[in-house]
Amino acid sequence: MSTSTFPGLPRWVDVVVLPAFSLALALGVAALVSMAVGFDPGQVLVLLIKGAFGSRAGIGYTLYYATTFVFTGLAVAVALHGGLFNIGAEGQATVGGLFVGLAALAWAAVLPPVLMLPALVLAGTLGGALWGAVPGALQAWRGSHVVITTIMFNFVASALLSYLLVNTLKAPGQMAPESAAFDPAARLPGMHELLGALGIAWPRTPLNASVLLAVAAVPLVHLLLQRTRAGYALRAVGHAPAAAHYAGIRPAGVTVGTMALSGALAGLVGVNEIAGMHGRLLLDFVAGAGFTGIAVSLIGRNHPVGIVFAALLFGALYQGGAELSFELPGFSRDMVYMLQGLIVLFAGALTPAVAGWLRGGLRAVRSGRSRAAAPGAGEGGVG
Amino acid sequence: MDEALNLAAWANVLGTLVGSTLRVATPLILCALAGVLSERSGVVDIGLEGKMLMTAFVAASVGVLTGSTVLALGAAIVAGVALSMLHGYACVSHPGDQMVTGMALTLTAGGFTMVVALAAFKTGGQTPPLPAGVRAEPWLAGVGQALESLPLVGPTLGRFLSLALFGHTLFVYGAFALAGLVWWLVYRTRFGLRLRAAGENPAMVDAAGVSVLKLRYQALALNGVLAALAGSFLVLALNPAFQPHMTAGRGFMALAALIFGKWHPRGAVLACLLFGFMDAVAIRLQGAQLPAALGGGAVPVQAIQALPYVLTVVLLAGFIGHAVAPRALGTPYVKERH
Repeated sequence: MSTSTFPGLPRWVDVVVLPAFSLALALGVAALVSMAVGFDPGQVLVLLIKGAFGSRAGIGYTLYYATTFVFTGLAVAVALHGGLFNIGAEGQATVGGLFVGLAALAWAAVLPPVLMLPALVLAGTLGGALWGAVPGALQAWRGSHVVITTIMFNFVASALLSYLLVNTLKAPGQMAPESAAFDPAARLPGMHELLGALGIAWPRTPLNASVLLAVAAVPLVHLLLQRTRAGYALRAVGHAPAAAHYAGIRPAGVTVGTMALSGALAGLVGVNEIAGMHGRLLLDFVAGAGFTGIAVSLIGRNHPVGIVFAALLFGALYQGGAELSFELPGFSRDMVYMLQGLIVLFAGALTPAVAGWLRGGLRAVRSGRSRAAAPGAGEGGVG
Repeated sequence: MDEALNLAAWANVLGTLVGSTLRVATPLILCALAGVLSERSGVVDIGLEGKMLMTAFVAASVGVLTGSTVLALGAAIVAGVALSMLHGYACVSHPGDQMVTGMALTLTAGGFTMVVALAAFKTGGQTPPLPAGVRAEPWLAGVGQALESLPLVGPTLGRFLSLALFGHTLFVYGAFALAGLVWWLVYRTRFGLRLRAAGENPAMVDAAGVSVLKLRYQALALNGVLAALAGSFLVLALNPAFQPHMTAGRGFMALAALIFGKWHPRGAVLACLLFGFMDAVAIRLQGAQLPAALGGGAVPVQAIQALPYVLTVVLLAGFIGHAVAPRALGTPYVKERH
């Protein structure tokens, strides 16, 4: 899949130019659409960057969104390394958040705070892992395609959350399907509090301690994939299941494990959103972040470091887009969702086509050069 | 006397339920048929949701701006086929990933329709309501009224039939006609034989001197037309205007129905009717109470809504029957080079 490299392209083109070019194409199309609906793309870009990075509050929001996207981006990337396309990060994050909420409502009064926060993180990973492992197991042992199963699981997760909120978890005497607010002990500290304790003034934003989890998850996932036996098995099954099988790796078990790990990472979204941002359980808190994870993983070329940059890009787009819709009346924040789709299109779906265009371009440049050096030469690459 | 009244009440309830099942199932059927064509040729389509949303938006906008049903439908079909061609360019002409492409279409369509609708109509992402002249007319309502005025059976059986089967738009009847047509095309024509072969063993089709590329593009073109009809139905018949994200997962439910129907037009139509029935029941039972015998309390509407997806997972896992996908589904065909 997209982890593969493209023959005929030098490595620097494959790693740097290809994603940058795809991103530029997506931005170009988005700029054309902005122009068509009457906005100046240059002004949009300036306002977007100002909204995302122009103030410390803006940066706080950008990093808060990026935290969620690091989790879903890593989730999609881990699955891709294992040869699986996980469209279910949305549902896994939903169930992760549900477990976080249940843990917070049940244990906040019982557990000491030292144990409460790890318990929340554990609950989120567990919920996500469960919702990922089941489609993994169904593919491994029953042959049902993980993409279709995870699509179905997204709908089931959202129905489950809605059922529980409407029927059992709704706070008494309230109309909205939301749980009661959590005990302060079951809330992740905000970064303004943590930084304040260190003597650094930081405005109050939704940015919370989950960002530290994201920062820790990136190298951990990288080490796991590249430096451990389990990570080797995961990648081996992803690249060549038959060869992995001959090497003594059981692909079925690895597939389940991959999906569990992928789901666990997506489940951490629940920690950021439910225990960090909202402090209560509510509907639709994932809000498409699972699908954004696909774009993040593709533009980051499935590499943890690339994913950090891609998550920051999308964090900035979300925050900048929110500011934009205040600044420019009639400008829809959905421009960001469209851009995300275009990025999946150019950096994912059309990658072989775009690689072909680049290969053609490179060949033209080279043959032009060699023709200049030796007239008549430079024809005939392999078709 | 009491009994007659009771029967008439039942005729109302059941007739409405069957009628709304047919209406809810129509876009699912059109979409699932679109999926049958592309998937039997070997191209997975998880972009149905996006194609339906985009074509619904195009149909609504053109309908509002021109006041013409024909132009609205025509523009929607052009948009649907264009999206399918993009789909083909990414993963038939080039070996792009079919799942990723479908996802890309769905995500892009979701954002694009909102951005353009907001900028063009300035009403929070909706279009203005479509004028009555553009909307699809109910058909055969006269037959229904004639049945209702029959002596003896008119108020009961006549009323039931009238509510259930008559006075729908042409889309509803057309969907069933198209299901027959798609079955005929796939199972009774040379084109259909080749189409199915392209989805099972493309190398063999190629060896026989038939272009896999062309077959898959043809299947995708028809897929675009059918998806456009599904999208148009949403704005020309089911709803008065385009609403943001109005497809609300119908494309994915059609995909589920297609799998539940084992990639066969007849199975897909039956699955769509089943899912449509569940949806109609869920809508009807919203806020209703369970009978005391079942423990009382609100009817778990979410459970009914999730049932199609759960059933599909269970079927796909081979616990009830077995759904076998076309063998080459999802794999790009790369022609041998000389």
